[in-house]
Amino acid sequence: MNEVKSEILVSERQFVIPGETLAVGLDFLPSSGCFRENNEIKAKLMGLTKIKERFIGVIPLAGVYIPKQGDGVIGFVEDMQTTIWILDINSPYSAILPLGEAVGEYVDLTKTDISVYYDVGDLIYAKVLNVSKSKQVQLTMNDYRSRKLIGGRILKITPSKVPRLIGREGSMIELIKNKTKCQIIVGQNGIVWLKGEKEGLASKAILTIDAESHITGLTDKISQLLDQGE
Amino acid sequence: MSKIGKPEKMVIDGKRLDGRGLEEFRPLTVEVGVLKRAGGSAIFKFGDTYALAGVFGPKTMHPRHLQDPQKAVLRCKYSMAPFSTKERIRPGPSRRAIEISKVLNKALSNVIFFEDYPKTGIDVFVVILQANASTRCAGLNAASLALAEAGVSMRNLISACTVGKLDGEIVLDVGGDEDQFGDVDLAFASIGNEDKIVLLQMDGIVRKEEFLKMINLAKKGCAEIYEKQISALKEKYKTGEEDVGSE
Repeated sequence: MNEVKSEILVSERQFVIPGETLAVGLDFLPSSGCFRENNEIKAKLMGLTKIKERFIGVIPLAGVYIPKQGDGVIGFVEDMQTTIWILDINSPYSAILPLGEAVGEYVDLTKTDISVYYDVGDLIYAKVLNVSKSKQVQLTMNDYRSRKLIGGRILKITPSKVPRLIGREGSMIELIKNKTKCQIIVGQNGIVWLKGEKEGLASKAILTIDAESHITGLTDKISQLLDQGE
Repeated sequence: MSKIGKPEKMVIDGKRLDGRGLEEFRPLTVEVGVLKRAGGSAIFKFGDTYALAGVFGPKTMHPRHLQDPQKAVLRCKYSMAPFSTKERIRPGPSRRAIEISKVLNKALSNVIFFEDYPKTGIDVFVVILQANASTRCAGLNAASLALAEAGVSMRNLISACTVGKLDGEIVLDVGGDEDQFGDVDLAFASIGNEDKIVLLQMDGIVRKEEFLKMINLAKKGCAEIYEKQISALKEKYKTGEEDVGSE
């Protein structure tokens, strides 16, 4: 009986499609975006491979945002009830912001309607406090970055490309902020808010990163694009 | 059923009416990412048969009472554009379209990881823009690419093709006239490069040995389709590193 030798069949950041075998043997473990079938690890998403020691994962090049605890997200208030706001966070799942997580002081509900704090249509940057097993998402404003976002404009990018937009230690996003003199806030859910001098140029740079995140030499291209200016 | 207009011979010297060999596809065209508004999309052509697929979701499932708390629900809609055939097709679902929608749904359900998206709905729309037989297979090829492009987690792509029997010969990829005047038309789909059948429908009568021959030919055909689907995806997402270094 032959013993199957464990072997990785792909390299780091290689483009793979669902069903592609990434590794054989039992020494490797499937991480997000992969699954094990018998003694093979296969991709379940179209994307780029990510290998870390014995874990093999796939970073998707497309897909919806699935909320995760600790993520900072930008959401629109779409509805309210007496003590909660319901937000659209660009995900198949809506999120809830309870009054207690948004306002520090005591609120007398007989005298105040909570719309004085956040009203329908307002844009908020909040943190995901908790995602229950049944995908009920709870947000909190109890974070130093959380606030209502006023003015500016919104862009939507693929959620899995947010790390590329931010760059290593924030290098990419800082580059864009400096060259366009804009405030930019990036939500893990793929929503980007920006406000400043050259909003159009910043938007162009961000949308280019979204379209070409899998192509090498992107940082230089974005640098050039920003230098050309508008 | 009258066969008015049937050519005397469908196969002459190993060549079919359109000049193809017995085991030859019509020209295949595959393109991914053709609809900007859809989550994922693809167009697949078997010669003159054009199928366009668009995928929306996973998204909040409405109506609420059809939601599944533990997994996503797949909804497939197959339809033929009014201009897809010689005679205008009246808009609205026909019984045939409802059946094909159901059959596509069953096929695709074999490969999607529904548990990854509880409470959501995934909508797949297949529109036949031009019909010349093998529409459900073209639709399935396009739909499975669209799902991959949308970032829906799947175990593999699905590849589909038709096989038929003309003048006693087993042929691959049944074209329009061959569907109308041939003896047998069989639609077949399998999971990527795995030996698993997810769609099997047949019109006509065959002997067992002929049937097994047809299945084998269909498997070969699907393998070729699978390669085309993979290159279409890889073509769209070239990283720019392929030309660097040797291969």
